[in-house]
Amino acid sequence: MDAVERPFPPGTYPVVVVGSGPGGLQLSYALRHEGIEHAVISADEGAGGMFRKWPFFQRLLSWTKPYAPAERTSREYQRYDWNSLLADESDLCGLQADLLDGTSYFPSRPAMQANLESFADRARIAVRYGTRWERTRREDGPDGTRFVVETSDGEYRCRVLALAVGVAQPSMPATPGIELAHHYADTRDASTYAGKRIFIIGKQNSGFELASGLAQWASSITVCSPSPAKTSIQTKSLVGVRARYVQPFEDGFLGLGVRILDASITSLTQVGEAIRVDLRRTDNGEELCVEADEVIAATGFTCPLQDLPDLGVATFGAAKLPVVTPFWESSTVPGIFFAGTISQAAPGLRKHGVPANSGAVHGHRYNGRILARHLAESVFGIERDCPIVAPDTLVDLLLREASFAPELWHQKAYLARVITSERDGTLRDAGILPLAHALDGMTEDLVAMTVEMDGKGGIYPVAYIRRGGALSEHALPEEPLLDFQTAAHRDQLAQALDRLLAVAPAG
Amino acid sequence: MATREELADTLAGFAMFADLGSPQLLSVAGLFEETVFPEGERILRQGLTGSGYYVILEGTADVRIDGTTRGTLHRGDFFGEVSILLDEPPTADIVATTTLRCIVMGPAGVKPFLLAHPTVMFRMLQAQARRLRNANRWRS
Repeated sequence: MDAVERPFPPGTYPVVVVGSGPGGLQLSYALRHEGIEHAVISADEGAGGMFRKWPFFQRLLSWTKPYAPAERTSREYQRYDWNSLLADESDLCGLQADLLDGTSYFPSRPAMQANLESFADRARIAVRYGTRWERTRREDGPDGTRFVVETSDGEYRCRVLALAVGVAQPSMPATPGIELAHHYADTRDASTYAGKRIFIIGKQNSGFELASGLAQWASSITVCSPSPAKTSIQTKSLVGVRARYVQPFEDGFLGLGVRILDASITSLTQVGEAIRVDLRRTDNGEELCVEADEVIAATGFTCPLQDLPDLGVATFGAAKLPVVTPFWESSTVPGIFFAGTISQAAPGLRKHGVPANSGAVHGHRYNGRILARHLAESVFGIERDCPIVAPDTLVDLLLREASFAPELWHQKAYLARVITSERDGTLRDAGILPLAHALDGMTEDLVAMTVEMDGKGGIYPVAYIRRGGALSEHALPEEPLLDFQTAAHRDQLAQALDRLLAVAPAG
Repeated sequence: MATREELADTLAGFAMFADLGSPQLLSVAGLFEETVFPEGERILRQGLTGSGYYVILEGTADVRIDGTTRGTLHRGDFFGEVSILLDEPPTADIVATTTLRCIVMGPAGVKPFLLAHPTVMFRMLQAQARRLRNANRWRS
């Protein structure tokens, strides 16, 4: 009975996946699809990861459209559904849409949790819940180095350790007196802030989520950090505060209840019942002082990598993300891979300053699928099937992908549909791969099709073509209806592909 | 590494940001994102559009034109700004020769950043003038 309820007892497995949020579930599904035996362990009591707790105000930032120009079970529908995990079986596709409550196309937190639990249940993703990863070490095994994962249940040994533990460890700044503040993660029920003066440190989405959610309770709200806030509307990307949280900006412009300050926080001091926040403005260096009843640090989260840095895993940035290759493998400790939101650690090309969406489900779900395939090939020797592409279908195939492929739309300039050209001219479909790998890690002749944004509002397809070692970039025109299957696009792409196809056999 | 405060401390030691006070440095630190590249990875690609403006915090990178190394960049050096200022693809590959820790700003942010921080613009101009002088010396 215990084996059914609590699978994967401590022991040796080819792969151990840690985490049961969307990243862990997607990777487990994809590994099974590739035929790779693995164990999944999680400290949580059920599926869902951070969505079991956050966002605090119970409404997601990512949407799912129940009605869209594509069937819910189709690949094309994924472009309109940022929240469901990926599966081949039609009864596992697009699960989020049926769980919406009709009040918003942004699912509630419980609806997202239900979506992930439903996927885990229906796809029969086995997870050993209640098993906490505690320490990690390496040892030499019969087939090379393996990892020993010490958990609350015992030791696991594996050739590949895949971590999908989120970026969920609260991070506090080192400001003097910061102990008087509490972190976003410890925000209480909103009604307990009734009538209080709230000071929020941080101008990311979590800061403005709090400012929006507490507006009806707080007597005043101050949002403060050294740099000016950017909105996604200004950056014309997902960088910056999302459109759902712009109300505090309007309240700030109108001088009604919200103040948005660009200042560094010098110190927090208890003065009677209140907290005095001393500030220095970043524009002119002037000192300021704000009195508040509550100070909340919406200063982000770090990656809970436990003792991996001691094992040699290099990390960077305020979030302590691991330094990884384009296939999300630690660049300093081979064999440790990352999935889920941690996969944002591989930045890709950041073309025109637009980052990938790997920090969110709609981006990293594709990374997880690619990672499983990469492990199958590179670690377990399972060869991929790369179907032959008829040369006279190539242009249409690429433009169809540019117009409809959800991987290219959600991971712009990050993932690409790659077609390789062999010496005899045979074209093969290598599938969806990281663009950085196609450009820098592959040497064969190829075309890599992407969709890109110019950071000014333009969206357009780009074909990267390598022929005889020379790489060229071919941006195709924007199209107002975003369907790139036009005669003009066909002509331009065919011309660009001319050299790649030059040696291809006719027909 | 690195909180915003740590990043501001690092920037304070670089010539380009030497004229900024501490609250300004904190603000500037928040305008960039930290990013890291493993050894051997390309950061800028010769001839490909859409690069960023990078400042090296740690590590080294080679400047390669048509596969030939023409120079090495170190801590405090910056790259990518020429292609943004001219709105042209980079004329060289930048390849990490160690683990390379940088801060990066997208092209849309560069003009407003330089206009808002004229002392940084002046320091950048000085650095460019030095590069031009050295290139002219090399040619003559």
